[in-house]
Order: sequence, then structure tokens, then C-alpha cells
Amino acid sequence: MNPTGGFVLPVILALPLLGALFVMLTPRGEGSIARGVGLVVSTATFVMSLLVLRYFDGKAAGYQLTTDAVWVKSLGIHMKLGIDGISLWLVLLTTFLTPLTLLAATKSIEKHVREFVAAFLVLETGMLGAFVSLDLFVFYVFWEVMLIPMYLLIGIWGGQRRLYASIKFVLYTMVGSLLMLVAIFYLYVQHGQVTGIYTTELTHITETGQTLGLAHLVLPHDAQVWCFAAFALAFAIKIPLFPLHTWLPDAHVEAPTPGSVILAGVLLKLGIYGFIRLAMPLFPHGAAVLAPYIAILAVVGIVYGAVVAFAQDDVKKLVAYSSVSHLGFCAIGLFSLTVSGIEGSIYAMLSHGLTTGGLFLGIGMLYERRHTRRLAEYGGIWKQMPVFSGLYLIIVMGSAGLPGLSGFVGEFLSLFGTFNAGDTFPTNWPHYLPSPRLLAAISTTGVILGAIYLLFMFQKVFFGPLDKAKNGHLPDLSIREKAVFLPLVVLIFVLGFFPRPFLAKMEPSVKAFIADYHEKLAEPDGPARMMNAEGSPDALKAKLEGAAAKLDAAAARLGGNAGGQP
Amino acid sequence: MDTVKFLWVVPFLPLAGAFLNLILGKRLSRQTVHFIAVAAVAASFFTALYLVVGPLREAYGVWKHDGRQGAFGLDEHLWTWIQAGDLKLDLAFRLDPLSSVMILIVTFCSTLIHIYSTGYMEHEPRYGAYFGYLNLFTGAMLILVLGSNMPVMFIGWEGVGLCSFLLIGFWYENEAYATAGRKAFVVNRIGDFAFLLGMFLLWWATHGVDGGKSLDFVMLRDVATAHPDIYEHKFWFDERLAAAAGILLFIGAAGKSAQLPLYVWLPDAMAGPTPVSALIHAATMVTAGVYMVARLSFLFASSTTAMAVVSIVGALTALAAAFMAFAQTDLKKVLAYSTVSQLGFMFVGVGTGNWSAGVFHLMTHAFFKAGLFLGAGSVMHGMEGSGDIRIMGGLKKYMPITRITFLIYCLAIAGFPLTSGFFSKDEILAGAWAANHDGWPVFLGKLLWVMLTVAALGTAFYMWRLYFLVFEGKYRGAEHVEHPHESPINMTGPLMVLAFLALVAGFIGIPHVIHVSGTLGDIGHFLPEWIGLSTKPMEMHLASGTTYALLGTASVVGLLGIGLAYALYGKGPSKLVDRFTAGPGKGLYEASKNKLWVDEGYDFAFVRPFRALARGTFAIVDRFIIDTVLVNGAGFVMSLFSRVSRWVQNGQVQRYLVGVVFGAALIFWWTSHDDHPSFSYKAVPGGIEFRAEPGHGLRSGAAVRWDFDGDGQPDPGETAPVVIKRPGDVASRVTLFVVDPVWGETDKQGKPKSLARVTRRVKLPAASTEAPATPAASSAGGEP
Repeated sequence: MNPTGGFVLPVILALPLLGALFVMLTPRGEGSIARGVGLVVSTATFVMSLLVLRYFDGKAAGYQLTTDAVWVKSLGIHMKLGIDGISLWLVLLTTFLTPLTLLAATKSIEKHVREFVAAFLVLETGMLGAFVSLDLFVFYVFWEVMLIPMYLLIGIWGGQRRLYASIKFVLYTMVGSLLMLVAIFYLYVQHGQVTGIYTTELTHITETGQTLGLAHLVLPHDAQVWCFAAFALAFAIKIPLFPLHTWLPDAHVEAPTPGSVILAGVLLKLGIYGFIRLAMPLFPHGAAVLAPYIAILAVVGIVYGAVVAFAQDDVKKLVAYSSVSHLGFCAIGLFSLTVSGIEGSIYAMLSHGLTTGGLFLGIGMLYERRHTRRLAEYGGIWKQMPVFSGLYLIIVMGSAGLPGLSGFVGEFLSLFGTFNAGDTFPTNWPHYLPSPRLLAAISTTGVILGAIYLLFMFQKVFFGPLDKAKNGHLPDLSIREKAVFLPLVVLIFVLGFFPRPFLAKMEPSVKAFIADYHEKLAEPDGPARMMNAEGSPDALKAKLEGAAAKLDAAAARLGGNAGGQP
Repeated sequence: MDTVKFLWVVPFLPLAGAFLNLILGKRLSRQTVHFIAVAAVAASFFTALYLVVGPLREAYGVWKHDGRQGAFGLDEHLWTWIQAGDLKLDLAFRLDPLSSVMILIVTFCSTLIHIYSTGYMEHEPRYGAYFGYLNLFTGAMLILVLGSNMPVMFIGWEGVGLCSFLLIGFWYENEAYATAGRKAFVVNRIGDFAFLLGMFLLWWATHGVDGGKSLDFVMLRDVATAHPDIYEHKFWFDERLAAAAGILLFIGAAGKSAQLPLYVWLPDAMAGPTPVSALIHAATMVTAGVYMVARLSFLFASSTTAMAVVSIVGALTALAAAFMAFAQTDLKKVLAYSTVSQLGFMFVGVGTGNWSAGVFHLMTHAFFKAGLFLGAGSVMHGMEGSGDIRIMGGLKKYMPITRITFLIYCLAIAGFPLTSGFFSKDEILAGAWAANHDGWPVFLGKLLWVMLTVAALGTAFYMWRLYFLVFEGKYRGAEHVEHPHESPINMTGPLMVLAFLALVAGFIGIPHVIHVSGTLGDIGHFLPEWIGLSTKPMEMHLASGTTYALLGTASVVGLLGIGLAYALYGKGPSKLVDRFTAGPGKGLYEASKNKLWVDEGYDFAFVRPFRALARGTFAIVDRFIIDTVLVNGAGFVMSLFSRVSRWVQNGQVQRYLVGVVFGAALIFWWTSHDDHPSFSYKAVPGGIEFRAEPGHGLRSGAAVRWDFDGDGQPDPGETAPVVIKRPGDVASRVTLFVVDPVWGETDKQGKPKSLARVTRRVKLPAASTEAPATPAASSAGGEP
């Protein structure tokens, strides 16, 4: 672990937040100043986040660049931040997309620019915080912090049905996250009662599992299932998994371009990330019971999202449903619990962030010119905007998973991992469910379906005769717009041809995640069962005494707040 | 494994050319554009040539000298592409006999077609884009061919699909052309889906074996050789894994190489510029499937089932496509179906384990079919873009070079003796005749041979029909195009080169029964032996007499087809044909002309249902069930509750009082609404137990009185809800009174009053009546 980089994460969290404050101090109505500040701040954040790469040790598995400050001592809440191979690239994706999106938003946001920039920067802090926080409570706070600016983005700068969409978005998300909060409380109390240490610090809760062989077993089997279900609901809504997805098309259609980009590019990933970071390590037995069902929902989502996308006549809705399909690949890869599957899942998230972000940015550029998103209004755009069309084709192909572009690597690895999951899947996969191999085969049809709806969209917009009068005078990309697209397109190629450096940095963390998961599963899953399994009371007593000694050590490490009753 | 340097240059040069032309194409002059493009592919060809005759030949000598150890080939490892867990895929190229032949064919044909395009496309406004795509295609095709593992091959595999999409839809303003491009991509993707699954299956079977952690061809081959049992895994439907993987991969090949049932995109692909059809949809890309099957010969060799599938599908395709070609009236459509049919021949070749014959035909076909397309382009160029053969005829007068070269190609494809097509087609036919693999029915090989011979007859007929209709007879298009003209030298030059090759290329694969020795022998038997180094040898026995007989049959069949065509079309369309198609042959003619209605069938069976499914799912499942009923429904229920409570709590005292009254009424009703009291009884030791059931609500707290003596009045002292009586003390009628002790048990007149009463006739159980007689029972019952 490299101690020198500890300052990076607090800085990239604080920068956008301070930037937001500063933006609110600029004069009202001076949109360009606010934009400039936003751009500078988010670019600075991006540059700072590149420092993460400098300090990050790609060969280590644990959390790095950690900082730890006690926030609420009596409750054992820590402001603990850290990053590992799983969150690393998601953090960079966030800091990369934010300035690009702000740059692209110059034209699409014209009212309340100052407030927009501020909300956007707060959103960035929220997302980054959720990715790097290592405390359940802090995670929850950031999780909810994201919600507010997004709500405002849709509700203030959105389209005609923005109120319906924004309320739908908030309610959907809240339903899930409140149950998650309940589960967090339950875990907190149970953990405190059994170990005597009341804390929400994630590493502590999960690590005691390893050191004591006891604490992650705090929850009996059924409680784990319920808690996992509560977390899973929150994350499944975020992903979104079928049938919890209907907030997404509405939110996308009504949100302004920058909102859509961030929503698809980053926010959805938090669902998958939550499963990896929280739900599965905390409740391994619950995960083992429910994972097959979630995997099936993911497969349904892959096919369903793609089929429904084909029926859309609104470009944004089409891309929104394509997200349902693509995130299904991420979910199925994750639940394959193979190294390649999980790395594929993370990689597919990165690629989806770039490609779908790019798709939405492009739609925004078209919308600024034509003020419509209906497919029927377009046709023959290639003739009018060849540069745009060419770049857009690359993004579309990246999204369709053309090998050599970013989308392929993630999809390939997820499917590959799922296909081979049957040999390694830790639980007894229920015999009445389709086997992982069959699920992978069904998911692979997404390759065909993706080509169908994406090329359908591409043809409707860019090919065909240029017969609509309004399309006759569309200017091609401006320099600013090229500056938005170029980094995306370059990265799509880089991720397609050179995935190895990215994957290599993930690998230790992913391997540790899987090993940890299997280790936990191998142990009995609850105090009651443990009593039975231990056999003689003496053996149990000895184990508990050993545990107590380790607890003391852990308490000392935590800085003395252990044992503090809430 | 030996390595080679600069192999990457071969695909890189065209890719770099594509990059330049796509980025800068608009700003460059036409000369610069086509100079870049042509130079890139030509340089690529010469690099390939150098690598083959230089390093590869040298390595071959060394390998032979060292006793032919291991697989022969040269590798170049560029970088590790994907590494995750135990999967490690290198971006690596491999030059071996098979890929060396392929890269030479690809770069050579590509160079010629690039040169040809400078003439054919000279008026095209999007000149840079055209050459950019063409270069990109060449680069992708070279990656496909050179890739040393399956995923790298897949990069090229999908890359050529993309270029095909772009070039078919090159004139995208025509909606039908754009749709044709999309159709090609989607149908190819169906194949790619199977390709991916086949790849996963292979990995599943082989990973971890001998430390294998990639999908490298050589590694897969070594595993197959060292552990043949791996492919014997029982799999779905009790079929062996080799068959499952082989068939899946063949579906992928069928998508790319336009075989049944996925061939439908290829005829539509004629929407693209003609040089594109020549390069992509005849000479190179569509042969990728054949190449892949030959490349995976070790896999197919271990499953005769998969081989049977490959060869039967190939033969059926050859027949069906030849049939569809009969009645086409568009020059390029005839050639398109001919391509489908010839690809079927190649699949029979590789499907019968006759790998080199498949590749041999692939090569000769590349020459004569590219030539045919380019010739067709030249004709259309001279006919101001029209490809309708009904308005042609007698063009030999106007286009002598095009005509002569076209004649040569037609000879070759018809299998005229000693032309290239004669040798390669004969190899396939002979292989089919001799094929008798384990598990195959004995007649299968012969059946394939019959099917192919019929298809060959058809080929000779429709190709020569085409030739006669276009070049012989009288010119019929005077009112459409007044002065057809010959094409410029940059178009006819490539035609002549290809014609030369179509004539002589067959001499590197003459049948083995023809003994030649020395250098001539090296050349004459070069190709089968060379390809054999890369493929798994299959046994094939054919007596020399049979071989000669088959050669003779093939020649006769070819000549027969040509003769038939001459009889019917030699001097323009004959009346006989019209009479036949209008009379007895009408059904056949319509079937051929409408391509067996396959497109319509697919439209009916897949396209429309899918569209309906998408719309229906969206409207019913997404909008109605999930969004309206569940999501907004939940919101509606919530708001319903809130509306009710809002109405109640509006602050008016009167409304609250109404609530109080109704509430109180509800309480009273609830507490007293039901029930008639009842009681039950049963025999217990010591007597009969009576159990009062006064009812719910308030009555559950009420007191009870009993009448056991049957006088209709409560018996004094009998107040317990559960009473045990001796049978003798009980009358035949028992009454239960429910009384309210608080309000009094008698009315003002002193009559007993009760809230309710119930009287029942009691049947005394026989056993219980005797109970008191036995002391044991009595003592067990306790005090009565």
C-alpha cells in the first residue's frame, strides 16, 4: 500500500464541491463565467484523478490511497475513502466524462446556467464519493447526494414531461435505497451485538469476517438472504434490471443531454458496483441463494431491452432501452463469479460509459440542430454532416460490440465467463433453472439483436434520401463538438485494442474478491449452525476466546471507539 | 515456434491507407487518393510475396530438414490483447501454408480491383471514402486470414462484415441499398452469434489441457492431436462436443460465406459498386467461411457428423443457387447466385475432408469470379450503368477485350478441360465420390457427387446463357444505350491479368494420377501438398481409372451445359425458351425467377413477427403491464388512500361526528352481529362433556345457564361453560341459555330472560352410558 497518495481522493471529492460553491458566487445570468468555472474545475478534477494512476499499485489487491477520519465517533461512522482495481476505472470514467459533458452542454442548457453547473459538480462529487467510500453510512449519504442534483437536472432543465419523469426517478430510487438503509441498520446492530464493536466501516465489517471467522457470520442464513434482497433491490433499480427499468426511458427522454450522458455513463454503473462492493461481500450466503435469479433477470433484460429498443421511434428512448440490454451483460458477467466474467462486467461498464455517453452526446448535437428526436424526422443526415456521421458510426459500432472497439472486450469476457461459470459456480445452481451455459447462449443473441436495433437507428437517421427540408441546412460539427467526440472515439479504439493494461489493474482485486467470496461461503452460515458444527462447547469457547483477542486488536486499530455503545 | 518479422506490415499498410483516405480523403486530389490506396495494397502484396518466398520458404527448408517436427509456420506476436483469469489472447499473426495462399490471393485480387476501381469509380463524388473503405476491407480481411487465434480472426471476421455493410450501402441515399447493407450485417451477425458460441465451446473443452489458455489454432490443433478424447465429451443431445462446436462454427461460416439458410444477403449485396462485388462478394470475404473450416480441419476431422452437415448443406446450396440463377435477368444477380453456388462446391470440398480441394477451388474461383464481376462492371460501364441482360446482346463487337476475357472466365467456371475451374472442380467432385467417412452412409459421397454434377451442369448452362445473351446475337438495347463502348485500360488491364490466371492457375493442382516429375511435378502437385501442411490429412482412396472416368464425366458435363446454352441462346433468346417458360415449365420458371420465394418466406416467418413482437412487447409488457398497472398503479393506489384521508380530515366537526356515529355503529354491529349460540357434547370418561359455544363478540363474555332436565328452565347452579354430566342426569333435550348477569336474568315479571337460547336433542353415546359402571373409569374421571 502506498501511503503517499492518500490526499488524492479527498481532493477529487472536494474539488467539485468547492467548485459548486464558487460557481454560486459568480454573478447570476453570466452563463459563460459559470460554464468556464465548471469546465476548469472538472478538468482539474480529471487531472487530479490521473494522479490516482501514479500512486496506484496495479499488483496489489487491497484498498489503496486510503484515508480514514472519524466522522461520528459515538456511532462508529468513519469517513473512510479508498480505491481498488474495481473502482479505479469507474472513478476515472466519471472524472473523464464530466468535463466532456459540460463542454457539450454549452448550447443545450441556456437557462439557470449557474445553478446547472453547480448541480452538475455536486453530482460529480456524489458519484465519486459513492465509488470511493468504504463506510456503509458514508456510501449511503453519497448515494442519496447523487439523487438530488439528478432530480433537479431532469426536473428543471428537462423536456415536457419532466416532472413526471423526475418524480418517477426519485421515487423508484428511494424505494430501493430505503430498504437498503434498513438493511444497513440491521447489519450495524447485529454486528455490534455480536462483536461488541459498533461501526459502519465496510472494511472492518468484512474484514472481521476473515480475521475472526465469525463476524460475517453474524447474520444467520435467512437474515442474509433478506438483507441481500434489500440491497439487491436498490442496486437492481439502479442498474436497471428487468422489470424495474421503466424509470430509465422516461428519465432519459426528459433529461437534458448532459443529464442523460451522466445517467447512462456513470449512474447506472453504481448498481453493478454496489453488488460487487457491498451486497456480495457483506451477505455472501444471501448472494449465493439469490444470484441465479438475478442472473436470469439480467438475461431477460438483455433480450427484452434489445427487442423493445427496436420498437422505438424516439432516438433517445431507443438508446435508453439499449442501456437495459447492455447493463444486462454487465450483470450476467458479475454473477458468473469467474475472473473473466467480472472483469468483463467492469470493462463493459467502462465501454458502455463511453459509447452510450457518446450516443447521447450525438443525439444532443442533432437535437440542438433539429429540435426533434423522432426517427421519422431524420434521414440522409450523412450527406449533410459527414464528419459527425463517421464518428457516430464508430460509436455505434463500439456499442454494437464490433471487435477492435471497446464494446467487444467487455461483452466477450462477460459471456465467456458466464459460459464457463457452470464449472466454478459456488452454489448448487437450482436444477429447475436454466444452466449458466444456456444463459450465456441466450445472452449471446444480444449480439444479433444489438446489430438489429442499432443499425436500424443508424439507417433511419443517416442513410436514405435527404428529403426533409429542415434537414437540408444542418451544419457539420463545430470545433467544440469535435473536441467532445475526439477523446471518446480515441478511447473507444484504445479500449478495443489495448484492454490489457486496464484489465491487469483490475485483476488482483477481482481475484481477491472471488477468493474472499468463496472463502466466506465455505464456512457455515450463521451462529446457530456454527454452534452445531463446532460440536463440543469447549471448542466453541476456545474459538470465541481467540476471537476476543483478535477483537481487541481490531479495536485498537480502529482508534479506540470500539465498544462504544450507540 | 519460429517467428517472422514485419508480418504485421501486410495488414497494416491497407489500414494506414484507409486511415489517410477516410480522414483526409476530401481534401486530397483524386490522383493522390487512388495513389495512396493502390500503393498501400500493392505494397502489401509485395510484402506478402516477399515473406512467402523469402522467410517462409526458408523456414520450410529448415523444417523439412529437421524432420517435420510440429506444425509448420511462422508467428509474429505483437502484443497481448486480452488477458483475464486463465484466458490469454495475443494479438498475433501466423504465416503458414494456408494463410500464405490466402494473403496472396487477397492482396493480389485487391490490388487489381483497386486499379480497376480508378476507372470504374472515376465519377464518384465520394472518391476518398470509397477507397478508404476498400482499403479498410483489405486490411480487415488480412487480419482475418493471418490471425493466429480465433478472437483475432474474429476481429477481421466482423471487420469485413462492417466494410461489407458500408460498401453495399455505399450509395446510401437509395433506401433499398442501405437496407441491403443492413441486411448483410444482421445476417452475418446471426452467423457470428454461432461463431462465438463455438469458440466458447472449444475453450470449455480445451482450457487447462497442456497448460492451454488461449484459443490459438496451433494450440487447439495440438490438443486435438494429443488428446483426441477431449472432443469426445458428451454434450447436448448426447452428441459429441466436436460435432456441436463444428456445427456452430459452420453456422458462422454459413453466414459469412452465404450458405443455406443464411445466403439471402449476398444477392442483395449486389447493390454495392461492382468492383466491391468482385472483391468482397466473390473473391475474398465470402470465402472466409471456407478458409475457417479448412483452418479448423482438426476439429471437423474429429466429427464426421459435422463434416456431413457441412458437405450436405454445401451441396444443397450449390444446387439451389444454381437453380435460382437460371431465370435471373440482371447480370450481377446471375453472378451472385453463381457465387453462392460455387461456395457450396467449396464447402463440399472441405466437408468431405478434401481441404486442399476446397482451398484450390477458392483460389481459382477468386480469379474467374472476380474477373466475371469486373467484366460485368466493364459491360455495365459501357452500357451506362444498366445490368439488364435483356437489352444486351452482340456486345462482342463493341467490347472485344471484355468479351474475350469474359469468354475465358466462362470456360473456367463451366469446367472446360484444362482451365483452372476444370481442375479445381474436379478435385472436389473426385473427393466427394471417394468420401466414405466413419458413420457416413455409404451412399452419401456418391449422392454428393451426383448433386454437384447436376449443379455443375446447371452452372455451365446458366453461365453460358449469360455469355450468349450478353455478347452474342444481335444488339437489343439500341433504344436504351446507343453506343456501348469498351472500357479504358485501367479496367481492361486487370481483366486480362485475371483471365490469364483463370486459364493457367489450375496447373498447380493437377490430379495425382497424372504423373509428372521434377520441377514440373513440384509445380503440378504444389497446392495440395502445400495446403496439406496446414490441415489434418484425411484418407482418400481413388483408383486411377475412376479418377480418369470422373475427369471425363466432368468434361462432358461442362460441354453439355455449354452446348445446351448454345442451342437455346446461341443466337439470342430462342422461341423455344419462351414457349417452355410460358407452358409446361411455367412453375419452374417462376420458382427460379422468384428465388424460390425464400426472401418472402423469411419476411413472413421472421422479419414481420419480430417487428410485431417488438411493438407488442413494448406496448403490452412495458407500457401497460409494468408501467401503467404496476408502477403508476401503485402510485394510484397510494393517491387513492390519500384522497380518502384528505376527504375525511377536512376540519368540519359535523363530518367528524358523522364519523363517530358510524364508527360506533360499526363497533356495535361487529360485536353483536353474528351468531346463534350452540353447544357440543362428547363422551368422556366419567360422563358426557357439554361445551357451551355462546358466540363471538360481546357474547363471548356472556354467562351461560344449562337446562339438563328438560323443563325449559335453567337448572340452578349449572353456570359453567364446560359441564360433565352423567348420562342418567340428562334428559333427551338439553337447552343452553346465554344470559347477561349484569342486566339481570329475569324480566320484570320474573320470567327468565336470555339473550339467546338453543335446544338440542341429545343422543347419548352408548359407550358413555356404561362408563359409571366401571370403577376404573369412574376414578379416572375424578369427582363427578
